[in-house]
Amino acid sequence: MSTPLITVTDLTMGWGDVVLLENVSFEVQRGEVFAILGASGCGKSTLLRYLTGLDEPKSGTVRIEGVGTPTLEVGRPAYGVMFQSGALFGSMNVAENLALALTEWTRLPPAAVSAIVRAKLRLVGLQGSEYQQPSELSGGMKKRAAIARAMALEPGLIFLDEPSSGLDPVSAVELDDLILTLNQGLGLTVVLVTHELASIFKIADRCILLDRASRSILACGAPETLRDECDIPAVRHFFNRTSPDRPTAGRTGENA
Amino acid sequence: MGVKLDPLPDPTWRVQSPPPNGGAMDVRIEGALTFADGGALWDELAAKLPPATQTAVRFDLSGLDSIDGGAMALLVQVKWDRQTAGGKCEFIGANDAVQKILTLYEGDASPTPKPPLVRIGFLGRVGNQTLDALREAQLFFAFVGSMVLAVAGVLRRPRTGNWHDILPTMTRTGADAVPIVLLITFLIGFVMAFQSAFQLKQFGANIYVADLVALSITRELGPLMTAIIVCGRSGAAFAAELGTMKVSEEIDALRTMGIGPLRFLVFPRILALFLVLPILTLLGDLVGILGGLLVGVVNLDLTITGYLNQTQRAMVPWDVFQGLIKSAVFALAIGLISCAQGLATTGGAEGVGRRTTSAVVMSLFALILIDAAFTLAFHTLGL
Repeated sequence: MSTPLITVTDLTMGWGDVVLLENVSFEVQRGEVFAILGASGCGKSTLLRYLTGLDEPKSGTVRIEGVGTPTLEVGRPAYGVMFQSGALFGSMNVAENLALALTEWTRLPPAAVSAIVRAKLRLVGLQGSEYQQPSELSGGMKKRAAIARAMALEPGLIFLDEPSSGLDPVSAVELDDLILTLNQGLGLTVVLVTHELASIFKIADRCILLDRASRSILACGAPETLRDECDIPAVRHFFNRTSPDRPTAGRTGENA
Repeated sequence: MGVKLDPLPDPTWRVQSPPPNGGAMDVRIEGALTFADGGALWDELAAKLPPATQTAVRFDLSGLDSIDGGAMALLVQVKWDRQTAGGKCEFIGANDAVQKILTLYEGDASPTPKPPLVRIGFLGRVGNQTLDALREAQLFFAFVGSMVLAVAGVLRRPRTGNWHDILPTMTRTGADAVPIVLLITFLIGFVMAFQSAFQLKQFGANIYVADLVALSITRELGPLMTAIIVCGRSGAAFAAELGTMKVSEEIDALRTMGIGPLRFLVFPRILALFLVLPILTLLGDLVGILGGLLVGVVNLDLTITGYLNQTQRAMVPWDVFQGLIKSAVFALAIGLISCAQGLATTGGAEGVGRRTTSAVVMSLFALILIDAAFTLAFHTLGL
């Protein structure tokens, strides 16, 4: 196997006295779609912040091949990030949102910048929305615009925080298709945080399942393998959408 | 006129509580209970039930036809309160439908202990507030340090500065503020002349109104009032804009594009304020003197030329210039404090409001403090 694109070593995650993950290590290979899974509140998004360099881990290291430790604001970024809310700049229209990184980091003439912006918008199916304000876009359009913005500088790696959350099933499927297109067509490595089982099985090559109780990675591998072959109950519950201990209304209890 | 409430319908339920029999009591609840009956049920049980430690209570629900979640939650809480107090209490005879809701609300389970309320005493609160203030101060100085580095970076490589945003920001903070600045400084000059005119008239010193207005406007009130207006307009706007960008992850998004928020967002704002506040102050000075002139001409029978000549005699260029120096420093203070507060925002809409308030309050405090320091320094240096 070639050298991994991202190597996480002995990472401890948390803040103050709270520790969410302790000494976890994993690798992301070049060209794969890698999903970070886990229950709400187990620290998926925080882990993504460490991978992108937005926050520093309590201990341990994150290394990205060709970048080193992810550090922001020191040069042209080697990866793109899509935030859960899209985080488009509200004071700029869609085209300006996409053009910002281009004008900042390249010396392309304005006509070339606008050509690239239009091409990226076509890529995510948002042609014609150049001059719309982010507030005029629907949730799915915002996410697609945010993906286009993350792709503006042609990175080889993008991070997506819950791309399909809050979308209707059709938009969610379209977004999955888009991620697959980017991955297969452009050879883009995609690291994403998600809850959506359908989308995991459809697009993820490998995934890790975080667990807050044991502060560790419960399982790591291809989603189908984990669903069919893993004998850890929590992993089975996750992939088969069953609930281990939630009481139901029909249950008759014992007298106190 | 009072609000007319619908009359309460007849209760569809009742509580039968026979006198305690040998330390035990069967309370029978009948009928249909809804959340709307909750208050009455709660009061009735409180009135009819004997103290928990003396009497064991069994709630007989066999006559209860239906109950909703809210009413069940209250019943379960009554049971748990009695159990917590050391008494015995249980539910019996529930029909299938009622039993389902009873189970859902964990009526058969033992009471879950309430998490202990953490009480922080007076000294603890003082200590926490002090630590918070120190942390805030530390954050602010770290921010000022980073800002100095960011400005140094832009000066070293001017291409990296966000020069595009400076003119629009100057328009917003400067040009748009002109009407209000003119109005307020005119009124300040007018009021000051009016108040002092009466006193000076008694000594026949009418003409010195011009001196008083000119000196106090150019040295103190012009710069200070203009800065206070700009602080309320633009300081609040900066904090709210940056705060909203922070909570909606736009600042993070900017950083992931390799663009530093200090260089890209804060630098143009502070520079714009630094450039426009002295200009606004100069306009304010001029109009403040005009306010005094109006009173002098209308109320003190001075001629326009006489008033203006006296003003010219009273002032030296340094009077105006020191006001402008102050206003430039005011601009830096407002810009730094407001942007630092904006970028320190956490926690949604409420956080944006809190930081915007602190931005304005802290800027006003800083303005008065800086003004006092300047007055003292100029006085000591004999300027």
